[in-house]
Amino acid sequence: MSLLIKATQISHSFDENQVLQNISLEIHAGEIVTLIGPNGAGKSTLLKILLKLIRPTSGDVWQKSNLRIGFMPQKIQIDPTLPMTVKHFLNLGRTKSSTQPKSWKNHFNFSAHDTTEIQSVVEELNITHLLEQPIQNVSGGEMQRILLARALIRNPELLVLDEPVQGVDLQGQTELYHFINELRKKRNLGILMVSHDLHIVMKNTDQVLCLNQHLCCSGTPQSVSKSPEFLAIFGQGAEELALYEHHHNSSQCGHTHGSAPQATQNKERH
Amino acid sequence: MDWFPNFLVFALLGGLGIAVIAAPLGVFMVWQRQSYFGATLAHSALLGVSLGLFWEIDLTLSVLIFSMLIAFGIHQLAQKTQLSSDTLLGILAHSSLALGLATLSLQNTVQIDIMGYLFGDILSVTPSDLILIFAVGFITLIFYLYHWRDLLNITLNPELAQVEGTRVKPIQLQYVLLLALMIALSMKIVGVLLVTSLLIIPAAAARRLARTPEAMLLFSILLGISSVILGLLTSMSLDIPTGPAIVLVATLIFLLLLSKKAPG
Repeated sequence: MSLLIKATQISHSFDENQVLQNISLEIHAGEIVTLIGPNGAGKSTLLKILLKLIRPTSGDVWQKSNLRIGFMPQKIQIDPTLPMTVKHFLNLGRTKSSTQPKSWKNHFNFSAHDTTEIQSVVEELNITHLLEQPIQNVSGGEMQRILLARALIRNPELLVLDEPVQGVDLQGQTELYHFINELRKKRNLGILMVSHDLHIVMKNTDQVLCLNQHLCCSGTPQSVSKSPEFLAIFGQGAEELALYEHHHNSSQCGHTHGSAPQATQNKERH
Repeated sequence: MDWFPNFLVFALLGGLGIAVIAAPLGVFMVWQRQSYFGATLAHSALLGVSLGLFWEIDLTLSVLIFSMLIAFGIHQLAQKTQLSSDTLLGILAHSSLALGLATLSLQNTVQIDIMGYLFGDILSVTPSDLILIFAVGFITLIFYLYHWRDLLNITLNPELAQVEGTRVKPIQLQYVLLLALMIALSMKIVGVLLVTSLLIIPAAAARRLARTPEAMLLFSILLGISSVILGLLTSMSLDIPTGPAIVLVATLIFLLLLSKKAPG
């Protein structure tokens, strides 16, 4: 597996407040990494550092050279005074073609290959009917799929999703997780995901990283989707979800986790 | 063209030049909700006049340089400070306007027409002003040809734009500096108090006609040009100051289009 991103001993402070402490992690191609943690744990900050949007106070971020990243931000606010269709929004996400001679026309024209790429992604995500809609008119769930489409038309090697299921109903979550897992298999994508939920992460996650300023613990989520309690709560179609539970000594980690009885059986490494 | 005095030709050309430059800057100001930023830049430009008088240097030059310094300063400050930028800009806009007025009045050895700077004096446009306006117009054209897509992406989401490879900070800084240049040059046309309206009103009115960002830019240029021409004519026939006349015409166009529903 080829290494996409490697972070070494990242620490970060805003003024006097230390938000991240000595964090090291690696993301490989074909691997799904989920970052969980309570509010204020520094998830977004860590994500921004990995994306090189901000420079950490100390530590290093290494990215594979010319790493193509598809980024799906948590939310996007577009002023209603900006007249723009969904199609136009997606077009703006295309990479400027490097094969054509450099001229200002490149800012407006794209090769035919890009158009078919958009077509297939749009069809896969089932947003064809939205293309002519103003971008401000789409619903939260539709916007999520549009943002994912925009990330994918760049043909990324690494897909970074910031709380992709926030505000999406369980049905939508399941579909999205299924889609992401298929993508990983098809394109051998590396996937980094931030989840707002401490308990529900994607079943197919290879690695769950629990962040609370430092990395408390990491491990593979155990599938409990077959358990009757789980199905009673979430019903059918929830196979893509699993509960992730872990325990650690309270001196190490300040936050509390739910304590379902089966959680004690979970494997984890500190 | 003896019947058509030169100063009117200069006024018209200057006004049209500024209207064309204002359009691309104005649409992004509206899309990014930055109109207060423009107002702050404009108000502080008056300090440039005051400093120019104090150091006895060319006023246009001192306003140009000072506006760009202020623009750079606010741009840097906005990225560092915790204060909400709305409050920060509010404080800066009015304190710099007050300081500009105070220092102007202290220099009582020189008699200058403060009203001309506050509300514009389009009939005082000189050929050298015109050369500057067209130079800035040319720079604006080049900037937008290269960065139209980048600016749209920054408007949509700066972080997404940066991850996708747009050089967000340099482009934003260049935009802000261009804005400062435009504001400094349009002082003579509409004055510091009315500059922002020339940026915002045609753009806001154009929204009612446009389905795409590019169309909104085009309509914004056309509406800006119409406002300047009709404003000049109104000003001459009704004998009212030109700056306010241009702004009133633009507002009237905006109100007329308001009844029309925005497409898509």
